[in-house]
Amino acid sequence: MKLITAVIKPHKLDEVKAALETFGVQGMTVSEASGYGRQKGHTEVYRGAEYTVDLVPKSRLEVLVDDTDVVDVADVIVKAAATGRIGDGKVWVTPVDDVIRVRTGEHGADAL
Amino acid sequence: MDTGDTAWVMTSAALVLLMTPGLAFFYGGMVRTKSVLNMMMMSFSSLAIVTVLWVLYGYSFAFGDDIGGGLLGNPGEFLGLKGLISDVGTIPTLAFVGFQAVFAIITVALISGAIADRAKFGAWCLFTVVWATIVYFPVAHWVFDFTVTDEATGAVTHTGGWIANNLAALDFAGGTAVHINAGAAGLALALVLGKRVGWPKEAMRPHNLPFVMLGAGLLWFGWFGFNAGSALGANELAALAWVNTLAATAAAIVGWMITERIRDGHATSLGAASGVVAGLVAITPAAGSVTPIGSLIIGVIAGVLCALAVGLKYRFGYDDSLDVVGVHLVGGLWGTLAIGLVASSTTPAGIDGLFFGGGVDQLWRQAVGAFAVLAYSFILTYIIGLIIQKTVGFRLDEESEVEGIDGHEHAESAYDSSTGGSAKRPVASATAQKTAESEVPA
Repeated sequence: MKLITAVIKPHKLDEVKAALETFGVQGMTVSEASGYGRQKGHTEVYRGAEYTVDLVPKSRLEVLVDDTDVVDVADVIVKAAATGRIGDGKVWVTPVDDVIRVRTGEHGADAL
Repeated sequence: MDTGDTAWVMTSAALVLLMTPGLAFFYGGMVRTKSVLNMMMMSFSSLAIVTVLWVLYGYSFAFGDDIGGGLLGNPGEFLGLKGLISDVGTIPTLAFVGFQAVFAIITVALISGAIADRAKFGAWCLFTVVWATIVYFPVAHWVFDFTVTDEATGAVTHTGGWIANNLAALDFAGGTAVHINAGAAGLALALVLGKRVGWPKEAMRPHNLPFVMLGAGLLWFGWFGFNAGSALGANELAALAWVNTLAATAAAIVGWMITERIRDGHATSLGAASGVVAGLVAITPAAGSVTPIGSLIIGVIAGVLCALAVGLKYRFGYDDSLDVVGVHLVGGLWGTLAIGLVASSTTPAGIDGLFFGGGVDQLWRQAVGAFAVLAYSFILTYIIGLIIQKTVGFRLDEESEVEGIDGHEHAESAYDSSTGGSAKRPVASATAQKTAESEVPA
C-alpha cells in the first residue's frame, strides 16, 4: 500500500476530487495547508506598506491506495490539478506498512 | 424648548455613541488575531470609564463657568450633574450633556490605535482616567464652551473657553478638541511605549478587513450625528453639516484610492475604509462653515494627504500602529486649517476664508487653535504616559506580547481555531474552575 500526498492549488481541489471519484477512489483526507515552492509567495500592500507573503494557501490531499493503483491515481491527480502556471504544487508517494479500519478492525488492502 | 431640536440632538448623541463600537471594529480588524479583543476592549473601556467621569465631574470641568483665562470650567458647579434640569438654547441641558459625553468617549478611544498589541489593560484604564481629566475636559472647555450673554440685558451669564471665544477659531464638531487632540496624544504614547516586537520588519497584516470596512461604515453613519448634531438643532446648519459630511467623505475615498492606484498599483479595501475616516476627520471642524463644493475640496485633499501621511511612521521610526497620527492628527490639522482657506460667508458661520477674499485673519486663528491643542495634548500625554510607565508599568512584557495580549490581559481568545475538544471545562470544584479561567487557552 501507498500513501499519495498532493499539495495543490485550492481552486483545483473540486476537479481533483471529481477525477478521483470517477477513477473509483473510495475516500480521501483534505486539509488546508500553506507553503511555498519555487514561486516564493506574493506581495500585498497595506496602507502603502509592502508585505511579502511567502506562505500561500494550498490544499493538501491524502489518498491511501493499493500498490497496483499508485501510478494511475497519481496520474489522475496531476492531470486534474495542472494549470501549467507556477505554483501548481507537488504530488508524492510514500510506502505504508499497514492500514486498519477503525470500525471493523480489518487490516491491509481490506481496509482501503 | 423645541421638541424637533431636542429629538435631533438626542438621536445624534445615540449615533455618536455607536461610533465607539464602530471604532472598535475598525481598529479590531486591523490588528492580528492575537490582539483583536484587547484592541476592542480599549474602546469599550472608554465607553465605561469616561461616562462615569463625565457624570461625576467631567461635564463640570468642560462646561462649568470659566474659572479664569478660558482654561477650565468650574469643577464644582455641576458635580454629579446636579442642577441641570434646565434648557440651553432650544434643547434641555441634559440633552447637551449626553451629546458631549459621547464626544469625550470617542476621543479617548481614538488614541488606542497608536498603541495596539502592547499596552497593559489596567494601565490603559488608568491612563483613560488621567487623560480625560487633565487633557480632554479642559480642551473641550477651550473649544466647545461658548460664552452666553443675556439677550435682553447684554449681561454675560456664562463664560466659556479661550479658543471658542477669545481666539474665535472655528471648530464645528471637534477637529481640534477631538482629532488633533487624540492624534497628538497617540503620537506621544507611541513614543513612550515604543515599537511592537518585530516592527517594522515583521509582517503585521490586518487580520480581518471586513471588520475594518464594517467599522468604517458604522463610523460614517454615526458621524452624521457627530457633525450634523453639532448644530444643536434640526435646522439649515444641521442639513449643511449633513451634506458636507457625505460629500467630503466620498471625495476622500476617491482621493485615497487614486493615490494608492498610482503609488502601489491597486486600490485597496483598507485604503477605502481609511479614506472614509480621513474625510470624516477633515470635514469635522469645517462642516458648518464651508459649502458642499468646499467640502469636496477638503475631502479629496484629505484623502491624498492622509494616504501619504501614513507612511511617515516608517520614515521616522515610531510605531503608531493603526495610524492615529497619519489619519487623525494630519486630517484634523488639514480640516482645521482648511477653514481659513475655503470657509464661505454664504454658510451660517458667515466667514470667508483666504480663497474667498477673507484674507488670513481666520487662517491664523485656526492655526493658533490647532497648534495650541497639539502642543498641550502632546506634552501632557507624554508626561502622563511616562509617569504610568515608570510607576505601574504601561508596556506589556515581551513574552506576553509575542504570545498575544488577548490571552495575557483578558484570558480569552477571539477565535476558536481548535478542530477538536482542546478547550475543556472542568466541573469538579470552584477552585478548579478558577484555575482553568486564569489559564491561557492554547
